[in-house]
Amino acid sequence: LTGAGTSAAAEARDKAWGALMKAAQDGDTRAYEAVLSACEPFIRAVAGRRCRDRALLEDVVQETLLTVHRVRMTYDPRRSFQAWLSAIADRRAIDALRKRGRIALRETHDEEAFETFADPAAKDLDEPDAGLVIAALMEGLPERQREALELVKVKEMSLKEAAQASGQTPGALKVNVHRAIKALRARLTGGGS
Amino acid sequence: VTSPNQELIARIAAQGRPVRRLGSPGLRAIGWLALVAVLGCAVVMRWADLADFVRRTGGLLQACAWLMAIATGVSGVIAASYVSFPDRSRRWAWLPLPFLVLWLALSGIGCVGLPIGPDAHSGSCVKFILMTGSPITAFLMWRLWRAHPIDAGLTGLLAALGAAGLSAALLQFFHPFAITALDLALHLAAAAILMGAGLLLGRLAKGRLATV
Repeated sequence: LTGAGTSAAAEARDKAWGALMKAAQDGDTRAYEAVLSACEPFIRAVAGRRCRDRALLEDVVQETLLTVHRVRMTYDPRRSFQAWLSAIADRRAIDALRKRGRIALRETHDEEAFETFADPAAKDLDEPDAGLVIAALMEGLPERQREALELVKVKEMSLKEAAQASGQTPGALKVNVHRAIKALRARLTGGGS
Repeated sequence: VTSPNQELIARIAAQGRPVRRLGSPGLRAIGWLALVAVLGCAVVMRWADLADFVRRTGGLLQACAWLMAIATGVSGVIAASYVSFPDRSRRWAWLPLPFLVLWLALSGIGCVGLPIGPDAHSGSCVKFILMTGSPITAFLMWRLWRAHPIDAGLTGLLAALGAAGLSAALLQFFHPFAITALDLALHLAAAAILMGAGLLLGRLAKGRLATV
């Protein structure tokens, strides 16, 4: 009896949504908003059978709503609205999973992307006092080199902006940054004075 | 509880202009096929040598192969139309397969005992299939894309298969010699080019859908 009751309720809901969609096809925007709002949990349930990731699932729900809008002329009111809607939601979930799979194949995880030095010892600079060590070493640099390094690398100014701020030419800035980095590297690896 | 997508829903609903419901996929396909048939008949009546066509396809094998080419074309167009609707089964895509297999098998059997080729006309067959198949594919995709197919690649592929079958059937009216193995291979290559283009165009067109 419970199964029959559930089935009858689903059928009644299908008919009600179908009637609203038919009205939406005829230009009734209130019916359109009502049917989209009412069927959103249904879309989430259908797409959720394939998508476990909550963020991806939300993307699929939104993409399905947009697709419903684009293809609403293909709904035939004599047929089941839920079958039509679930086919769209299911297809969008498959598309989203495939897209994520393709992206995962060509992108690197952030943790690896943040690796900066091949030498493991150099990564010790990630320690909390690394900034202080660098700052202390920079103090020992000639004025023009320190200024160039600060503006271009620390403050991330463009060469043009740094040239305006320092009065050095872009060419001189490039040379000074290069020399400063070379000097710092030599001091860090123990090659400097 | 307010839905997180309520704003999007309101925006979509505000753009809910009246739309004309598309007819059933079967009827749509029949309409397109009728138009292609009328144009094909006009071309045949104007330029083909019917007496020669009857002489060459007079044998049971050749006639069956020709009919299977038509069946592949017709079933390809019908399948594309059904697949372009979201709630119709993807299994419609298998509809042209038996006709395609029979067409290839019968054409292959017809090649037995004939020289393999090549001959002077082989290149013109490819050109004919591509030149008639391309506008048919373009026309079908233009009509099919009114439904914004959610499986766009498959829809494009089936439309191109239908166009290739119909073009190959039409080619028989302008093919003044028996089909050799090389001819068949070239016909297949032309059909494959069309289908590849249909698949690619379908996928490219998928990303060009209107957004809200």
